[in-house]
Amino acid sequence: MAGAAREDGKPIDSKAALSLVAELRGAFASGTTRSYQWRESQLRGLLRMTDDHEQDIAAALRSDLGKPELESILYEVAMLRNSCKLALKELHHWMMPEKVKTSLTTFPSSAEIVSEPLGVVLIISAWNYPYLLSLDPVVGAIAAGNAVVLKPSEIAPATSALLAKLLGEYMDNSSIRVVEGAVAETTALLEQKWDKIFYTGNGKVGRIVMAAAAKHLTPVVLELGGKSPVVVDSGVNLQIACRRIIVGKWGCNNGQACISPDYIITTKDLAPKLVDVFKSELETFYGKNPLESKDLSRIVNSNHFTRLTKLLDEDKVSNKVVYGGERDPTKLQIAPTILLDVPRDSLIMNEEIFGPLLPILTVDKLEESYHIINSGSKPLAAYIFTNDKKVKEHFVKNVSAGGLVVNDTTIHLAVHTLPFGGVGESGMGAYHGKFSFDAFSHKKAVLYRSFMGDAAIRYPPYTDGKLRLMKALLGGSILGILRAIFGRS
Amino acid sequence: MAIMKCPSSVNLSQDFSALGGICQTIRTYACRPVNRANPSPIFFTHSSLRISRCSASVLSVTMEEEKEQAFDAGKAALLVKELRKSFSSGKTKSYEWRAAQLQSISKMIDEREKEIIQALQLDLSKPELEAFVSEISMTKSSCQKALKDLKHWMAPEKVSTSITTYPSSAEIVSEPFGVVLIISTWNYPFLLSLDPVIGAIAAGNAIVLKPSEIAPATSSLLSRLLSEYVDRSTIRVVEGAVPETSALLDQKWDKIFYTGSTRVGYIVMAAAAKHLTPVVLELGGKCPAIIDSNINLEVAARRILAGKWACNNGQACIAIDYIVTTRSFAPKLVAALQLTLEEFFGKNPLESQDICRIVNLYHFKRLAKLLDEDGTSDKIVLGGQRDENKLRIAPTILLDVPEDSLIMQEEIFGPLLPILTVDNIEDSFHMINSKPKPLAAYLFSDNDGLQKQFVQNISAGGMLINDTVLHLTVPTLPFGGVGESGMGAYHGKFSFDAFSHKKGVLYRSFKGDALTRYPPYTPEKQRLLKALISFNIIGIILAILGWSKK
Repeated sequence: MAGAAREDGKPIDSKAALSLVAELRGAFASGTTRSYQWRESQLRGLLRMTDDHEQDIAAALRSDLGKPELESILYEVAMLRNSCKLALKELHHWMMPEKVKTSLTTFPSSAEIVSEPLGVVLIISAWNYPYLLSLDPVVGAIAAGNAVVLKPSEIAPATSALLAKLLGEYMDNSSIRVVEGAVAETTALLEQKWDKIFYTGNGKVGRIVMAAAAKHLTPVVLELGGKSPVVVDSGVNLQIACRRIIVGKWGCNNGQACISPDYIITTKDLAPKLVDVFKSELETFYGKNPLESKDLSRIVNSNHFTRLTKLLDEDKVSNKVVYGGERDPTKLQIAPTILLDVPRDSLIMNEEIFGPLLPILTVDKLEESYHIINSGSKPLAAYIFTNDKKVKEHFVKNVSAGGLVVNDTTIHLAVHTLPFGGVGESGMGAYHGKFSFDAFSHKKAVLYRSFMGDAAIRYPPYTDGKLRLMKALLGGSILGILRAIFGRS
Repeated sequence: MAIMKCPSSVNLSQDFSALGGICQTIRTYACRPVNRANPSPIFFTHSSLRISRCSASVLSVTMEEEKEQAFDAGKAALLVKELRKSFSSGKTKSYEWRAAQLQSISKMIDEREKEIIQALQLDLSKPELEAFVSEISMTKSSCQKALKDLKHWMAPEKVSTSITTYPSSAEIVSEPFGVVLIISTWNYPFLLSLDPVIGAIAAGNAIVLKPSEIAPATSSLLSRLLSEYVDRSTIRVVEGAVPETSALLDQKWDKIFYTGSTRVGYIVMAAAAKHLTPVVLELGGKCPAIIDSNINLEVAARRILAGKWACNNGQACIAIDYIVTTRSFAPKLVAALQLTLEEFFGKNPLESQDICRIVNLYHFKRLAKLLDEDGTSDKIVLGGQRDENKLRIAPTILLDVPEDSLIMQEEIFGPLLPILTVDNIEDSFHMINSKPKPLAAYLFSDNDGLQKQFVQNISAGGMLINDTVLHLTVPTLPFGGVGESGMGAYHGKFSFDAFSHKKGVLYRSFKGDALTRYPPYTPEKQRLLKALISFNIIGIILAILGWSKK
């Protein structure tokens, strides 16, 4: 499947990548991308492109992932459109230098923080939300005034090809380009010097990207994943809790999303009830035979299908399935599957699941869940369902994750006033809303002085009098200042 | 200063602390073949050289001991483990812990001011006023600013939420990264060690500080003072050079903050990549100053001097590296600089007490090489005197050096100042932009249009109009590089932010649960959702009607 979309037949090598970057650097140096007009016109182009080709986008996503249309429209098309609209609405404001106060030391002076584009940036995106995760960072990069190369994922070839075609049609190709391809092409791109690299994907490749970036001192944003936990407390509306977990798990690309719930922790008492509610809600949503449901994405490819079945078939795990487990290798479908009390040292509890399997761990007391979560790598998201104010506070204070949601899952992604990004193994840097603009901007400090107010005390020769006065001035001691002045005179 | 002038007043404990530094430095450089050509402990003033010679036997014993106790990867791993344990106890997260540590550092600076000044005198012959203004008082004001604003910085930031998630509330919570490594440098060895430490403490992290072995007196002083004044279970100093730094870099940290050269910056970031550790790199670069002709030249000359020779004798990451001015203005500028130099440092600047020495022989030779290059040496219009024994180079101005000379290819980091000339002042922009992005860029001009163009067209970490280096003292401005001059920023709240993870938190209740969100995705739901998303009122009504018909 990989590489099938490269129809021009010319994979990009180091030399081609080098000349691509040189070309974009020329375009960037011309200053075109810095103007408000250019940024605005490109964002409008993206918006128009998304409006004009909604059906093509949905079709590509269906082809790549069997993604239900509603999911495509809601999570990819509409989200991207919102991003564009917000950027268009706020662009003037974002671009404006931020005036800041100056200190007494530099009096008289004025200061501002000027946001300037970093230059030529590389965006490497992922296959699970191949439209949104490709273009959402592009929106930020354009808003900040950069020249951009986008490398969509070869694992979603239809969307990759569509992006190449559409961006070629709708965008200024002297400054915005798409390079399709897989490992070889990505390697060729990573050898080049970029001014920022924005990567969405997994921790293994994240390390490769950062090591490559280190060779050129290129700053990176790494949007990775991790095992995002859900803690379910007793005393909550279980039906709503289960629905919100289901929609964040199976309703999110069938669990193939970086912020999908990876596992649940609940108390031993509550677990059986929780499983019962899951069973009935899942049946309401996907019917008695979920493999036939049109409302579930398929597994992206046979590699991932095999990986997931391996997790499921491990000795100490396979007998823990309490719901689901059905699969169809020809259609690459796995039914929503719930496992109860899998061992902590099982494969499924030691790697990111990224699929429709949901283990439930049980603890005697809910507080133990913090220990379980904190003993693993920091996840991209962590969720809790509770009505207890204390539990909420404790969770927010003690659980470290990219982001947290209380009483729901995944929708923090839609709140553009919140930075979206990981911490530790789940990544570094953040984006969304203004944070996207900031991720692709250098915050240049500018201090303005006049030729007035030049104090001799700053300069050598450093007499004892100057030293005394300086100490008094910096110490803020009025008496000392007077003494020092007298002493000097 | 007392130490330098009358070596007899050096007390024993200071001798030993200097000795410790020498041992480390020798050990470091002994494992670097490049430096074997310089077998003498070259990094110290006469007084410390004297100590090392007369204490040769003690030296070898100390070296043996140090070898046995070498800080290797195993020790580094243990250290990190210990700090991780302290961090997970949660103590560093409390306001009380953070405030107490910051207060202690402030107290330490007040109580030990003399020792700090002495160490800087030993390491760099730093004049007392310079040490006081640029290291002691800067560190202290950084500390006080953090103490004053800490509660405010720590408070979660409420943000508005969107209609999609209605009803809900959201906030951004700043949480400490965990255990962080700070590797600092030798030119402002006190400030550049503690300023990031202040940010890391304010943000609630456990910390390992690795001061620079090239400023051994300050390094050992920091090690001693921090263990006395701050919580040792969470804040540690590891002294050492390349092997110790490598051992530290092998570990998994939650953030690495490095101040130093671009060359080591690459190494730090590559090491960080192995553990997906975010980095702040505070590097340097060739910081240009453009001098327009319509200025108050007297004030400008003073400010240029303040940003070059009065800044650790040019050994500062934001010191002016080179000047660009017009051909016609250059002679006037040189004359003004000459006059002011004499005013500041006297007729024989090599004898001035108000100027730092070159840090060590390695750097002295590096600078001499820049100066002696064919095509450069005949461009000296002022200064050029040097004294290898005292590690002193006089303020030196060069006019019209070739652009392809060594001095124009690497960061000078010393008292040499080349002046390049252009026909039109605007031509300087192209010259600057053809080089890697510097940490700072300066412009002296009264022309508003030129100022505007400068800010718009020159990329640099930070910029300052009509003065030099002062932007460093404005805590509301982020201080950090871009491109080759680094990544990430600090100072004021930016320091707190550099060591904090910004955790987005969204709160929902169980109310307002809309069925449209959930499968099965009927065509009606799709219609409603599309209408809702595009705020199409008629569409919404139709969809609802269509839906209710069913």
